[in-house]
Amino acid sequence: MTGASEATSRRADHAGLRQLLAPLVALLALAIVGTLTSPGFLSIGWRDGHLSGQLIDVLNRAAPLMLVSLGMMMVIAVRGIDISVGAVVAIAAAVAASIIGAAGKDAGAGALFAAIAGALGVAALCGAWNGLLVVGAGMQPIVATLILMIAGRGVAQLITGGQIITVYHAPYSYLGNGHLFGIPFALVLALLVTVALVLALARTALGLFVRAIGMNPLAAHVAGVRARPIAFGLYVFCGLTAGVAGLITSSNVMSADGNNAGQLLELDAILAVALGGTPLNGGRYSVAGTLLGALVIQLLTTVIYSSGLPPQANLAFKALLVFAAMLLQSAAFRDLLRRAGGTRRA
Amino acid sequence: MTAAADAGHVLHARGISLRFPGVQALEDVELCLRAGEVHALLGQNGAGKSSLIRVLTGASATHTGTITLDGREVRPASPLEAQQLGISPVYQEVILCPNLSVAENIAAGRYPRRSWLKGGGIDWRTVETQARTAVASLGLELDVTRTLGDCPVAIRQMVAIARATRIAARVLILDEPTSSLDDQEVARLFAVMRRLREQGMAILFVTHFLEQVYAIADRMTVLRNGRRVGEYLPAELDRGGLIAAMVGREFAPSQRPVRDPASATGATTPPLLELQGVSRKGGIEPVDLSVGAGEIVGVAGLLGSGRTELARLAFGLDRRDGGHIRVGGKGVALRGPAEAVGHGLAFCPEERKTEGVVGELSVRENIVLALQARRGLARRVPLAEQQQLAARLTAALGLSTSDLETPVRQLSGGNQQKVLLARWLATQPRLLILDEPTRGIDIAAKEDLMRAVAELARAGTAVLFISAEISEVLRESHRVVVLRERRKVGELPGGCDEQSVYALIAEPA
Repeated sequence: MTGASEATSRRADHAGLRQLLAPLVALLALAIVGTLTSPGFLSIGWRDGHLSGQLIDVLNRAAPLMLVSLGMMMVIAVRGIDISVGAVVAIAAAVAASIIGAAGKDAGAGALFAAIAGALGVAALCGAWNGLLVVGAGMQPIVATLILMIAGRGVAQLITGGQIITVYHAPYSYLGNGHLFGIPFALVLALLVTVALVLALARTALGLFVRAIGMNPLAAHVAGVRARPIAFGLYVFCGLTAGVAGLITSSNVMSADGNNAGQLLELDAILAVALGGTPLNGGRYSVAGTLLGALVIQLLTTVIYSSGLPPQANLAFKALLVFAAMLLQSAAFRDLLRRAGGTRRA
Repeated sequence: MTAAADAGHVLHARGISLRFPGVQALEDVELCLRAGEVHALLGQNGAGKSSLIRVLTGASATHTGTITLDGREVRPASPLEAQQLGISPVYQEVILCPNLSVAENIAAGRYPRRSWLKGGGIDWRTVETQARTAVASLGLELDVTRTLGDCPVAIRQMVAIARATRIAARVLILDEPTSSLDDQEVARLFAVMRRLREQGMAILFVTHFLEQVYAIADRMTVLRNGRRVGEYLPAELDRGGLIAAMVGREFAPSQRPVRDPASATGATTPPLLELQGVSRKGGIEPVDLSVGAGEIVGVAGLLGSGRTELARLAFGLDRRDGGHIRVGGKGVALRGPAEAVGHGLAFCPEERKTEGVVGELSVRENIVLALQARRGLARRVPLAEQQQLAARLTAALGLSTSDLETPVRQLSGGNQQKVLLARWLATQPRLLILDEPTRGIDIAAKEDLMRAVAELARAGTAVLFISAEISEVLRESHRVVVLRERRKVGELPGGCDEQSVYALIAEPA
C-alpha cells in the first residue's frame, strides 16, 4: 500500500513498485547471506504451540521498530520529524514497569491494564507535547522534538530512580514474549496498528489531506484543509506508536532501563522510513516500504550475529547497506547508471 | 547558408524540432531576430513558446535544427553556455536571490576580485559601482545596496534585466515580463526596452497582452501547436488577424450581455457578502463592500491598490484588524479558510502554483480537495463520486486532459486554473472570489473560464472578480469597485467606459 493513489492507475503502480525495489533487493540479499551462513535460516517450524524459526524471530524483534517507523513516517509526511521517539520508548517502559512493580508480582490482570493504560497515556502526552511545540508554537520539528529527546531520558531515569527496574509480574511478559494463534504477540500488535493506519489512510480523507499538506501546505490551507489538528494528531499517533514499542521492549526483557531502552531508535526509524522510499521532505508515504525498511534493519543485525561476524561490525555494515540503498534511490545516481548502460550498449 | 545571407540577423533559428515523450513540442520552427528590434513571440498556452525559449537558452538540448548567432552556428548545451554566447533570458517568475542586495544580485556569479596584493576576496566597491552603472544605463534610479526582497516585483524585474544585460547580451529574452506589473511599471519597462533596442540589442518579448505587442513590437512571430504560423509586421496584421493566427479560427470575443443580477428581482434578501469597515494594517483602509446573490462585482485598481488584500480578507486568509463581515446576513468571525469554506465561500488565489493547486496531486484529487475539506476527515468522498465529479467538471470547463490521474503540475497554466475553478465549483459555493484568474493564460482558456463564471452567477452564485485588466473587469461585472492606494475610491456600474475608471484611479489622493 503506497500513498501514490488509491485509484489503481498503472503508472502509479509502477512508481510504487519501483519505490519498493531497493528495500526488497536488500531484504533478499540479506536473506541469501543468512541462509549461506546458517542453513536453517529460512525454515519456519512449529514448536510448543507457536511458529518458530530465525525468520519469525526477526519479525518478532522488528515489531517495535516497525511500530515506531510507522509513526515517524506519518509525521515526516506532513513535513515534520520526531527525534524523541527513543526517549518516549524509555518513558513508556519506565511508566509501565513502575506501575507493575508497585502492584507486586502476584497482582491480577487489573495491574497489567493499568500499566498499559499508563504507558500509552504518557506516550500520547509526549506526542501531544511535541505537537503543541510544532503546531502551536511553530517551532521547527527537529528542534522541538530534540527537547523531549534530551529531557525524556531524564524523565525516564527519574521514574526508574536511576535504576533498572526488573518486573516479576508473569502476565506482563505476554506483550513481548507471548503468542496469539501461534504468532508472536508483538508482531500481532504491529500488524494491528498497520491495519488501523491503512484503514485510516484509505477509508477517511486522511491520506489525501496528509499528502496535500506535505506537498503544498499553503495550497491545502487555502482549500480549507485544517492542517494543524491533523499534524497535531499525527504527532500524538507517533508518540503512541513509541508507547506500544516501549511496552513490547520492556515486557520482552521484563525490565525497564531509563538510560538504554530505545537508544538510537529514532535514527533507525528515520532510516526505515527513508529505506522504504518515503522522501524526507514530506507529501508522500509508503506503509509497505516503511515496514520493509524496518525489516531490513532488523534482518541485518540478525544476519551479522548469526554469521559469526563480530557484533562491533554491525554499525559499519548498517552504514554500508544504507549507503547502497540510498544510492539506488537517488535519481541522479540512477540517471548515471542508465547513461553508463547506454554508452556500453552503443 | 552563408553569413551574408544572415546579414542583420543576430539570431536565426531554423528547422527547430523538439520531441518530448508523447508530445511534439516544436516542429520545424523558424525564428529570426534582427539587431535593434523588439520581436514579439506569440501563441496560446502550449503553442511552444516556452519550448522554443528552452532551446534557445540551452535548457533543452535534445532538439534538432540549427541556430546561428551572428552567422556562426551555435548549439548551447546549458543555460550558462547560452549566456556566455550572449543569449540571456529573464523569466516570468524572476529567479534571483531575494536575501541579497540589488548589487550582489546583478554581479552574482561574476564577482570582481581584488588583487591578492590587497588581500584578495571580492571587490565590493567595484560590485556596487558596476551595479550602479548597470542600473543607470537602464535609466533607473535605485539604491543598489537595498535588499532585493524588499523591492517591488517591478524593480526585481528590472534588476533581472540589468543582470542579463551586464553579460554583454546580444539577445535578451523576456518571458512574460509584464504579467505582474501595473500600467506605470509597464511603461517604465518599455522605456528600458526601447533604450536597449537603440543600443542594438535583439529583444524577444513573450506576452499575452496584445495591446503591449502593438505598443512596442517591431515584428512578431506566431506559434500554434508547436509550429510557426508566420512572421508579421504589426502594421500588416491587426488584432483580429493576430488572434485568428494564434487560435487558428476566426475569433470574436463572445458577447455576454451584462444582465441584471438574479438578486435584483428579490430585493428583500440580504446581500450574500457584506463587508463593513473591514481593514488590515498595511493591507487596506476600512472598506465597505457588498455582493448580492447572482451578482458579479469587479474590483479594479492598479498593482498595490489593495485588490489582493481585499480578496484575502474577504476569505479569511488574512485576519482583519477591524470591521464586520456578514455572509448571508449573519455575522461571521472568518478566522481562516476552513471556516470560509464552511460558509460556502470559495477563493481562487492570484498565486496559482504556490497557493492554488497541489502540483503533485492528480487532477481528480485537486478537484475534490476543497469539497473533502468541507465534509471533514471522516466523511470521505467515495472514489466513484470523485471520478464522476471530476469528469463532469473538467468536461464543463473544456479542460483538455484525457487522464484525471495526471499530476496537475504537468498541465499548462490555463488548465491548472481550470482545475482550481473546478475545485471550487465542486463545493457549490455561495460566493466565489477570483483573484486574477486569467493572468498568464491563453485567450481560449480565458473565454472558457469567464463563461463558466458567468453561468455560475446566472445560477445565483455571488462573484467577486479581481483583474489587472480593467477592460476585462468592466466586460464581466455588474458593478465595479475601484481601489486606489489601499482605499476604496468609488463604485461604477458595469459596462461603463474605461475612461471613467481611469479617472477614478488617477485622481490625486
